Amino acid sequence: MKNRCQPLVRVQAEDFDIAAEIDRLTAGRKDVGAVVTFTGRCRDEDGKLAALELEHYPGMAEAEIGRIASEAAERWPLTGLTVIHRFGKLLPAENIVLVVAASTHRKAALEAADFLMDYLKSRAPFWKKEHPAGGDTGHWVEAKAADEEALGRWRK
Amino acid sequence: MKLVYFAWVRERIGKETETVTPPGEVETVADLLAWLKARGDGYAVALEHAEVIRVAVDHEHVDHDAKLPADGEVALFPPMTGG
Repeated sequence: MKNRCQPLVRVQAEDFDIAAEIDRLTAGRKDVGAVVTFTGRCRDEDGKLAALELEHYPGMAEAEIGRIASEAAERWPLTGLTVIHRFGKLLPAENIVLVVAASTHRKAALEAADFLMDYLKSRAPFWKKEHPAGGDTGHWVEAKAADEEALGRWRK
Repeated sequence: MKLVYFAWVRERIGKETETVTPPGEVETVADLLAWLKARGDGYAVALEHAEVIRVAVDHEHVDHDAKLPADGEVALFPPMTGG
């Protein structure tokens, strides 16, 4: 696709500002008709979870998200795409991941964001460890077969 | 080659990284996993179900039948749970 957008990928410990990230893809532009954001947040599992620890593979995390984002930019006519994934210890209600997809029309932005999240779950080198409330030892979250199966619907 | 481990693979093996020189007959990722598994208790526990271990060579996912690079960084980790 010509005029493919250049995705912005960040892997960071600090939080992100959703409004500022939307602004980055829309400021001064009159061709952007749709902006889709997906924010993944740490939930407390009905009070059972004290914190989530996200381990990542520095270098590969950025590279793999970059590859996934580039594929999205190739498959859909996006005007902008931003992916931010946090690592480290996160508390309930904190943000984990942000995808912002901008396009002239809504369908491309919605589908690209959905595609990104499916691939981030099973292909980006991050691992979640749950720390239960009450101070018990943390345990690694097991990958779900459903997440792997979700990739099937994007295969051409 | 440099090996790096993540999540429960790292915890069970008991180290984050190490440099190894496998014998010549270790040609594929599957060979490497089998060779490592015989190196001690931590490795045996970490790699008990070798088929679930995900592997990356120089920051790219590879299958277990992939040839190992002469040099480079090989990462072993559990299925990912990001997003």
